[in-house]
Amino acid sequence: MVEEESVRVVRCGGSELNFRRAVFSADSKYIFCVSGDFVKVHSTATEECVHILQGHRNLVTGIQLNPNNHLQLYSCSFDGTVKLWDYVDGILIKTFVVGLKLHALFTLPSAEDSVFVIINKEKPDVFQLVSVKLPKSSSQEIEAKELSFVLDYINQSPKCIAFGNEGEYVAAVRDFYLSVYFFKKKTTSRFTLSSSRNKKHAKNNFTCVACHPKEDCIATGHKDGKIRLWRNFDDDKKYTYTCLHWHHDMVMDLAFSVTGTSLLSGGRESVLVEWRDATEKNKEFLPRLGATIEHISVSPAGDLFCTSHSDNKIIVIHRNLEASAVIQGLVKDSNIFTGLMVDPRTKALVLNGKPGHLQFYSLQHDKQLYNLDIIQQEYINDYGLIQIELTKAAFGCYGNWLATVEQRQEKETELELQMKLWMYNKKTQGFVLNTKVNMPHEDHITALCFCNAEKFENPTLVTSSKDGHFKVWILTDDSDIYKKAVGWTCDFVGSYHKYQATNCCFSEDGSLLAVSFEEIVTIWDSETWELKCTFCQRAGKIRHLCFGRLTCSKYLLGATENGILCCWNLLSCALEWSAKLNVRVMEPDPNSENIAAISRSSVGSDCKYTPYFDNTSKSLTKIFFLTSLI
Amino acid sequence: MDAFGGPIWSMAVSPCGSQLLVGCEDGSVKLFQITPDKIQFERNFDRQKSRILSLSWHPSGTHIAAGSIDYISVFDVKSGSAVHKMLVDRQYMGVSKRKCIIWGVAFLSDGTVISVDSAGKVQFWDSATGTLVKNHLIANADVQSIAVSDQEDSFVVGTAEGTVFHFQLVSVTSNSSEKQWVRTKPFQHHTHDVRAVAHSPTALISGGTDTHLVIRPLMEKVEVKNYDAALRKITFPHRRLISCSKKRHLLLFQFAHHLELWRLGSTVATGKNGDTLPLSKDADHLLHLKTKGPENIICSCISPCGSWIAYSTTSRFFLYRLNYEHDNISLQRVSKMPAFLRSALQILFSEDSTKLFVASNQGSLHIIRLLEGSFKHLHTLQPQSGTVESMCLLAVSPDGNWLAASGTSAGVHVYNIKHLKLHCTVPAYNFPVTALAIAPNTNNLVIAHSDQQVFEYSIPDKQYTEWSRTIQKQGFHYLWLQRDTPITHISFHPKRPMHILLHDAYMFCIIDKSLPLPNDKTLLYNPLPPTNESDVIRRRTAHAFKISKIYKPLLFMDLLDERTLVAVERPLDDIIAQLPPPIKKKKFGT
Repeated sequence: MVEEESVRVVRCGGSELNFRRAVFSADSKYIFCVSGDFVKVHSTATEECVHILQGHRNLVTGIQLNPNNHLQLYSCSFDGTVKLWDYVDGILIKTFVVGLKLHALFTLPSAEDSVFVIINKEKPDVFQLVSVKLPKSSSQEIEAKELSFVLDYINQSPKCIAFGNEGEYVAAVRDFYLSVYFFKKKTTSRFTLSSSRNKKHAKNNFTCVACHPKEDCIATGHKDGKIRLWRNFDDDKKYTYTCLHWHHDMVMDLAFSVTGTSLLSGGRESVLVEWRDATEKNKEFLPRLGATIEHISVSPAGDLFCTSHSDNKIIVIHRNLEASAVIQGLVKDSNIFTGLMVDPRTKALVLNGKPGHLQFYSLQHDKQLYNLDIIQQEYINDYGLIQIELTKAAFGCYGNWLATVEQRQEKETELELQMKLWMYNKKTQGFVLNTKVNMPHEDHITALCFCNAEKFENPTLVTSSKDGHFKVWILTDDSDIYKKAVGWTCDFVGSYHKYQATNCCFSEDGSLLAVSFEEIVTIWDSETWELKCTFCQRAGKIRHLCFGRLTCSKYLLGATENGILCCWNLLSCALEWSAKLNVRVMEPDPNSENIAAISRSSVGSDCKYTPYFDNTSKSLTKIFFLTSLI
Repeated sequence: MDAFGGPIWSMAVSPCGSQLLVGCEDGSVKLFQITPDKIQFERNFDRQKSRILSLSWHPSGTHIAAGSIDYISVFDVKSGSAVHKMLVDRQYMGVSKRKCIIWGVAFLSDGTVISVDSAGKVQFWDSATGTLVKNHLIANADVQSIAVSDQEDSFVVGTAEGTVFHFQLVSVTSNSSEKQWVRTKPFQHHTHDVRAVAHSPTALISGGTDTHLVIRPLMEKVEVKNYDAALRKITFPHRRLISCSKKRHLLLFQFAHHLELWRLGSTVATGKNGDTLPLSKDADHLLHLKTKGPENIICSCISPCGSWIAYSTTSRFFLYRLNYEHDNISLQRVSKMPAFLRSALQILFSEDSTKLFVASNQGSLHIIRLLEGSFKHLHTLQPQSGTVESMCLLAVSPDGNWLAASGTSAGVHVYNIKHLKLHCTVPAYNFPVTALAIAPNTNNLVIAHSDQQVFEYSIPDKQYTEWSRTIQKQGFHYLWLQRDTPITHISFHPKRPMHILLHDAYMFCIIDKSLPLPNDKTLLYNPLPPTNESDVIRRRTAHAFKISKIYKPLLFMDLLDERTLVAVERPLDDIIAQLPPPIKKKKFGT
């Protein structure tokens, strides 16, 4: 049980910043955004995180300024509470326990002692907008159970609800209709758009809604890129609307400026559109924002806008449509081909970021340090295009070198491969492209590893590929009379019986290289590139390879596709032990002799990944004890 | 009468209808007094620098707004002096255009002047202070026309891009009385310039270069959303433009400024139903008759024998004699028209081509006997006292005894030509007549109305026929009543007295009076039944209306003889091909 205690999960961040609309403080000095279980307070001027408001026990789903005190902030969460914060000092003032999963939060200046929340009733798809009365009490934690129903069968996204004319009415959109509830009259008007399947109306779906701050005007965004401005909607017959059309794809969010003179809209085009005076011909653009605009918000003072993007970024924009600050969170691409790496120099987490980029993400500060453009080509955002993908990356020589592999495969037989080697430039504090190798292998590269031993003066890189070869690349002098330069060349090509090379790994001191060829592990002398010995366990293709470190440097660990973890003794050239563990990721701890292996265990029907640390120096019984914990 | 100001660019009648404003090329605005018998010059307003393109009266009649080039002037009617001169921005999308032409102005009762101009702007001006209140840039091209509703709560503008925009006066918030003009819906029903728009209480009407007249009902003003509330697009005039000489197989086509005479081709080949037969003789273009002057042709007719052509413009009447010598034809104008034959609304020749009937726009009907190369005025049937209605449709019976005439509002009068007097009047009906014809032998008058009702009236009996009463009792099929275009021509088969042949722009129909009438459950547009189907089913499904929609748009169809039918189609693409190219608009994805 000692091992269990030694494994402690520390939440370092990397949560979605774009989950909900960001909120500005009344003086536009701060911007608030949800971030997992926290609310983050950033400075709009310096982009720095000023406070982290911690206290919710589940995802925060909504934040709003307290309309009666602009130095306080309300937040709601899936944990069923509404919390009131003093954001200047970062203190929790009060907790209101509602007891239901809260999906969104709205506040109104006219409704002093209540807030509006979206809750989920009974069926999984039926959401309701209810008003929650917040009782006045001096205690820290107060039960708020007095709910009054406002609107039923609404969309769960807060983008689909908007309050207008100082809380006289609330507009909600879902599918093909807009419903407006008037608080005074207690009536609901419903306006339905044609939803017939013909080509013209098929994409009439509502996507978002915004209300004009001064006039009775509702703006709705649609799936076909249209924006409709509804007026006279207090009359079921005389209502009228006008269309604004620029977006070619779905309108993701809408926001009116504080005075209502302009309307902001954004979508997948990554362009912020400002419609002035709600006229089609009078519009301004802020293009090239990098990724799909998910949310737009406007500061109460009216001097700033901000857009939240699908690449987990918030851009603060001036009234004159100039981007002034970028708050970048961890970019979550759908595929992280490179896996997780740590930059030895900055200790930053390195992985796939924006398309074609490597992101350097500081775990200590929970913010992105920078993006390295690897592919260096214009990214064309279109459905169905086959993009160049950054598939492998590795750091070598204490962060002096970075190797990357990119590939694009349009057809089975047409593979485009490129390997790039980047040198760290101390002057510019960044990586500079040194060598570009076209088609380093005939087939997919399966692994990439640098020799990180201290005694090796000459940087060495090994690549293994499905074409059955592994290649050793070394840095050579590339100087001529004009300049001093270095470059990488291939030094050795190795293969083993035409088997596909599946992985490769250097030992700690760099004297041995292990390359796995399907089911067989080969050990090579790194001085002479001679085959020293082979291990074959016939337990399936080797997926992961890892040398032991420090006192365990005589061991080599290999994990196979069939869920077998093997440990070979390099001195006796024999199998030391093997265990049944379906390893997904295996990584050595650079500071100890421990090796972390993440295995996939099936609990019930869904799968979850459980981390395990094994220490190769320990006896076989210890390993088996660990596996029994699965 | 001459206004003595060069070409007249605009006119506006005062709200009370007693005064007329005329805007001239030289920049002058002239006021005329309208009296029952003449129009009299009253006075000049302050002369402006450039031509006056648009005029609008204030509903109270005290002020007028005049749109010129680059500015709008507001005049005081009493003093005739310009109160304000409102300069219009020439800027067009940031680029200075040469001139900004004010194509239209509208003066509202609250003193607001709305202007539309060539820079694509709709602007609201305060006429009391002469300042710009609001500006809507709506098009990249000219905005050419404007029409305001009577309640002044909405107006419509038409642009050169073919778009029609609707503006509405809506309240800013539900609980305040402040109102603002908002551009609401755009309608793109035209491909070319929208030159004219109109705002009826329940619909927006627009028309322009692309020859379509579009009636777009305002849904919020319509009580029931039925077929009557649907959008209508009218492409062809609801009149017959083609006449035919059965004897010589000639067709006379009436265009705006010319007439064309064609001889039909013929064939000797025979074939099955549905075959296209090769022509042994091609159609001949015999004549191209151009009018003199700028006036449009109102009506035209060729005599059944083919030796006379008559047509009329708004102020002149022309009669020509055609002489045929083998393949050559010669045209001879019949000169010395009598003074009363100044213009005609409808011209008709009798079946034996000896008489010419002219419906003049003063309401009288002239009967003229045609002799070889000359004519003689026989009689003028004066309208009944008290009515000023002009006759615009005529029909003569094949035996030449009866003449039926119908005016714009209901009432069909039947005259006995032998006695030259009114025989009877068909009971009045609420909808105007669109086509008239008298059947041979029976002398039954068949009348088609614009609401798609068809009546049969027996002239000798002075009453509706039995068949007409039956169909009125049972009612027409709902699909028949929902057709868009009116019946423009009715004819009869000489050997089949039970058949009535009629057509509109989209279908041709033979009504067989011997068959049972269809009810709403039967299929109205049944295609020809397949031959293998048994006779019983065919007989059961057969009904009085045999409809063919093969030819469309159908402008004319008539029997030449017992076995030949001529149909004239006017493909819309041909008309569009003759139009100037529309303004090129950037379309996304092209």
